[in-house]
Amino acid sequence: MIINSRFFNRSELIGFLALAVLLFVILPLSVDIFRLNLVAKYLTYAFVGIGLVLCWGYGGILSLGQGVFFGLGGYCMAMYLKLEASSVENTKIQSTPGIPDFMDWNQITSLPFFWKPFHSFPVALMAIILVPAIFSLIIGAAMFKRRVGGVYFAIITQAIAAIMTILIVGQQGYTGGINGITDLRTLHGWDIRTDHAKYVLYFVEVVLLFGCIVAAQFIRLTKLGRILVAMREQEDRVRFSGYSVANFKIFAFCAAAVFAAIGGAMFTLEVGFMSPSFVGIVPSIEMVIYTAVGGRMSIFGAVWGALLVNFAKTSLSESFPQLWLFGLGALFIAVVLAFPNGLSGIWADHIQPRIDRLLASRRPKSTNYVADGAPAE
Amino acid sequence: MFGDYSISDLGAILAMQGFAGLILFSVYVLMALGLAIIFGQMGVINMAHGEFMILGAYVTWMTSSAVQSVAPWLFPGYFFIAMMLAFVASGALGMLVEWALIRHLYKRPLDTLLATWGLSLILQQAYRSIFGAREVGVELPEWMMGSWQATDAIQIPINGMFVMGLTILITIAVFYILFWSSWGKQVRAVVQNRVMAGAVGINTEKVDRYTFALGCGIAGIAGSAFTMIGSTGPTAGQLYIVDTFLVVVFGGAASLFGTIASAFSISQTQSTLEFFLSGSMAKVITLLTIVAILMVRPQGLFALKVRK
Amino acid sequence: MRVGHQPKDFLLAVSGLTVSFDGFKAVNDLSFYVEENEIRVIIGPNGAGKTTVLDLICGKTRATSGSIQFRGQELTRLRENEIVQAGVGRKFQTPSVFEDLTVFENLEISYPRGRTVFGSLTFQRDDAVKQRVEEVAEMIFLKDRLNTYADQLSHGQKQWLEIGMLLIQDPDLLMLDEPVAGMSVSERAKTAELLNRIIKDRSVLVIEHDMKFVEDIAHKVTVLHQGQILSEGTMEHVKNDPKVVEVYLGH
Repeated sequence: MIINSRFFNRSELIGFLALAVLLFVILPLSVDIFRLNLVAKYLTYAFVGIGLVLCWGYGGILSLGQGVFFGLGGYCMAMYLKLEASSVENTKIQSTPGIPDFMDWNQITSLPFFWKPFHSFPVALMAIILVPAIFSLIIGAAMFKRRVGGVYFAIITQAIAAIMTILIVGQQGYTGGINGITDLRTLHGWDIRTDHAKYVLYFVEVVLLFGCIVAAQFIRLTKLGRILVAMREQEDRVRFSGYSVANFKIFAFCAAAVFAAIGGAMFTLEVGFMSPSFVGIVPSIEMVIYTAVGGRMSIFGAVWGALLVNFAKTSLSESFPQLWLFGLGALFIAVVLAFPNGLSGIWADHIQPRIDRLLASRRPKSTNYVADGAPAE
Repeated sequence: MFGDYSISDLGAILAMQGFAGLILFSVYVLMALGLAIIFGQMGVINMAHGEFMILGAYVTWMTSSAVQSVAPWLFPGYFFIAMMLAFVASGALGMLVEWALIRHLYKRPLDTLLATWGLSLILQQAYRSIFGAREVGVELPEWMMGSWQATDAIQIPINGMFVMGLTILITIAVFYILFWSSWGKQVRAVVQNRVMAGAVGINTEKVDRYTFALGCGIAGIAGSAFTMIGSTGPTAGQLYIVDTFLVVVFGGAASLFGTIASAFSISQTQSTLEFFLSGSMAKVITLLTIVAILMVRPQGLFALKVRK
Repeated sequence: MRVGHQPKDFLLAVSGLTVSFDGFKAVNDLSFYVEENEIRVIIGPNGAGKTTVLDLICGKTRATSGSIQFRGQELTRLRENEIVQAGVGRKFQTPSVFEDLTVFENLEISYPRGRTVFGSLTFQRDDAVKQRVEEVAEMIFLKDRLNTYADQLSHGQKQWLEIGMLLIQDPDLLMLDEPVAGMSVSERAKTAELLNRIIKDRSVLVIEHDMKFVEDIAHKVTVLHQGQILSEGTMEHVKNDPKVVEVYLGH
């Protein structure tokens, strides 16, 4: 029948289960908490990747500013944690107790207004989603309603990433400057620096990640998912089928921004700080590359891409710092030139068919065996 | 922020900052001209453009060191040699890159963006391996240092005027090449209709390669000019790429005249604001203004109404 | 919407329509009127502004001046998708279908329901949709290709698919830009048959070069030349108009 009512098809289901087993069972059992925390850090980029699959892979909208949303989510979380760490008691040696240390160093004597709501945990949680959503809505509405797309959109989002970094670095009294917001300790009174907390946070993150995978898969399977594909190919035809193309692009861009922000917030919790070095042009474009390596059309590919590229980055840049940049550069070029669908494309085109053939060749064999054993005419 | 200055003070400040911005303007114009040619004429987004510029800067630095140690008598005029070498070096690298990478990616602008970003990483690491991570500075010959006292309050740096003059010459040359030479006609023919241009006997591959090389070569010259306002390091080019793209887009990608006008307004805004605000806020305000204007007028400052 | 709709009213009233591209007037002070259930063919030499007229009506190009009234609604002020929702469907010259989607999905996207972001998120592929898609697929000779990806279709089949996508929208005014161009002889015959069937009960605006085809279907022919009307009337009238013979048919 035409309709495939199942949520995942067979290979997607295998991908989903394989990833679930790896992240929920194999990794927590096989690596120490230090390494597991690294995995958690890599996985925060998978959130960005999932958003990019929807927005770039499906919608054809390449954003080079995902670091901005990652950063907004991360900073919202960091601001809450920082305020909690800067209680009057903890900061009594400062000239103004009760405000974050970097503000005190920059001769700021009272908490700026936009910091005040972050005393409240629910507000902070809401801000993690709403701030990037509203920001991306404004950018998206301004650009897509005026039919700005393609490379122009990419360049302007990149410029926004640049502006954001310069702003954060320049306004260090309000933002912590180049060092970012550091020395974060507790979340609602719960110490996030202990090994136990790191285990808990890891599992929270993996659960959230699977939530995002399911959400993205849901979007992909609705008519909206098909409209995104249609739009990427023949924007005018979609428009002349009665759809407001801009609204769909805005939706994809906002969804990607929210996914990225969740990743950013988790990053702050896992790593214990947030800084402009995760916001700017370079991290933003690296996030695109994780997605490209995993496969811009594959939600699972985005997760694998984030894991593998970051794993390679950590292990290579520790032992061969020079080779790493050459390797990363070559990887970019190779993916774009030879494997535009990334690892998931390689899997689907080369490995999956072989497995299928292998399975297929076994099954007929067994039936053949029966046939052979049957009495001959 | 203007309160502390009288009107005539402000005038002098504006003039001086304006002239101080000349080198920035020149770097922008040269970078953006190269980018605009490559983007406007070929539809390729070259994220490694900053690295081509830095190659020119390194070539200038090497020339200056070589001339100083081998032929000190040549030093006053070394800059001209350096510029030509920078053009040749960046142009040759551009030709190589077009052959190895870019020609496989025509019609896929977003992919050229990613691939050239990969290239820029490789080039940065190559510079780091060859020239070291430390930034290097170029020594100017004596006649280029100092400034010319135009009025009591206004001083104009000589190297600024020099670079400005060179930029004007190069711009005229580029316009000549693209709009009057027969090669330029071929380039524009390829832009308008690649298949037809090929059919009438234009070697489109060769045109592409030389166009890309020309754009990169101009970036090399920009690198020479750059040595006068900043020190050269492996990642210095990356800082300029976004600004330059904004210059191109802001000017209207298809219009070289627009590119120059937008380079002028952006560099002047930034250098004027820098006097009143911190450097970073000046940059933020400049970039934000451009982005805001682009949101209202996405086609840039100079664009024709054409049937798509 | 139809209150006050008098029988003498035109479905589409184009008046004083002008568009200039950088000084060049592609369409110059053009006026014409299409009645309910009328089949109007626009012919004219290359560069006469035929496609531009369709672009202007469907909102792809903005008019410099003039008015386009569709059932009394001013189209020049609407966005493209609003024009579609008002009941104007447009087929492009080159087949524009979604090659990465199946024939079914192509048709489904054009189904006039769930056209907002949230509407498309909650859109259900229910029996009404399936039935309508299959019905249209049968009409466009693609019933057994519903699960085929559109990039596997031949040129002619893509043209049919696009016509099907319009059909499923059920527009009151159907605009077709060279629907039989680039088709084989047998495809052409089938397309003519298809068009003859679908143009019933609605108004149609067709651009076509194939004179045989024009003669077959046209109620009225408008000849464009340099953005202006050169002649208008029945095919017989237009064919015998010396001005038309000179610029167009005479070659």
